[in-house]
Amino acid sequence: MAKLLQVELVAVEEKVWSGQAEMVIARTTEGELGVLPSHAPLLGQLANPGGVRIILPGGEEVAYEVFGGFLSVTTEGVTVLAETVASVAPAARH
Amino acid sequence: MAGSVRVLRRRIKATRSTKKITKAMELVATSRIAKAQARVDASLPYANAITGVLTALASNTNAQHPLLVPRDPEHRAGVLLVTSDRGLCGGYNANAIRLAEQLIARLKSEGKQVALYVVGRKGISYYTFRGRELAGSWSGFSEQPRFEDARRVGETLIQAFVHGADDSLDGAGDDGVLGVDELHIVYTEFKSLMTQNASTKIFAPMQVEERAGNKGELLPAYDFEPNAEELLDALLPKYINTRIYAALLDSAASESASRRRAMKSATDNAETMIKSLTREMNSARQAAITQEISEIVGGVDALAAAGSE
Repeated sequence: MAKLLQVELVAVEEKVWSGQAEMVIARTTEGELGVLPSHAPLLGQLANPGGVRIILPGGEEVAYEVFGGFLSVTTEGVTVLAETVASVAPAARH
Repeated sequence: MAGSVRVLRRRIKATRSTKKITKAMELVATSRIAKAQARVDASLPYANAITGVLTALASNTNAQHPLLVPRDPEHRAGVLLVTSDRGLCGGYNANAIRLAEQLIARLKSEGKQVALYVVGRKGISYYTFRGRELAGSWSGFSEQPRFEDARRVGETLIQAFVHGADDSLDGAGDDGVLGVDELHIVYTEFKSLMTQNASTKIFAPMQVEERAGNKGELLPAYDFEPNAEELLDALLPKYINTRIYAALLDSAASESASRRRAMKSATDNAETMIKSLTREMNSARQAAITQEISEIVGGVDALAAAGSE
């Protein structure tokens, strides 16, 4: 079993999602990037609005639309900070 | 005598309905405290995360930002005072306003002009009644603040701070807008259900603690996207908004706790009042009965005496 990412998605008023994931895909102001376990530490400003997709170990994924967000990758895991977060229905994604 | 019994009965009834109202307000305030505390807890993950990110950013770059640099000299200070929209909450507003007044007096003695920003209807009416000018005011959310409200307040304050950069002592600088050089916030800190203290904090210019790489521990070398300066630019205003939001939430919890305490003592007072009024009424009623009996007995005696003659 490969290493997993510890992911937290926090909005100002509440913690939205936290758990383990295989990969996090987020769109920063520079472009879309994917974060796998053992990624180098990174601070990024997310596009506004920016889509954040979290790939779970089973291959499923959860997706959110993030407003005013930041992405912080540290050795401990990934934290997505957001002013507001809207959940995206899986069907609307593709 | 019968008249005073009726008056007392009416007063007891009035006190009893007052007690019902204060009791209801006490219960509402109690549930509001729990809700406000839950929202404080819910906002903590974000606050911790943004502090962590900012610390990492400050430790990894030498980027400077207007919000971080103290200005010399500081001509004008902005004070944000958080009060409640409704009264009946004990000394909550009085304490906050008193602390704000002390802070303003101190700033003025340091030769600074003060621009006052007020949240909450009570504080606004306090200052407008005294004819003092407010640089900005917001109301309508003191009991249940949303982040949206904090952001509205924050945007105005950050604007004022940015405008203050080029001001001189005589007036506005090149941009023609009178801004501020430092920002203070006066709010009520929620310590526990029994203790809430009005307290004051400075939140611009900010002091960000740089994380020292203690004991030879290497700091992770961060990649920045887009770059450190732009990130700082985007993050700092959000950080200030978060601080304001936290202060609003804390104040909301304190307000409810103060109101609960005030309403509890009002309910207790109403209870003692009902008790003493009931005693008074009973003794008045008893006195009336005793008087009636002695009048009847007196009458019977008089009749008997008249008949035997």
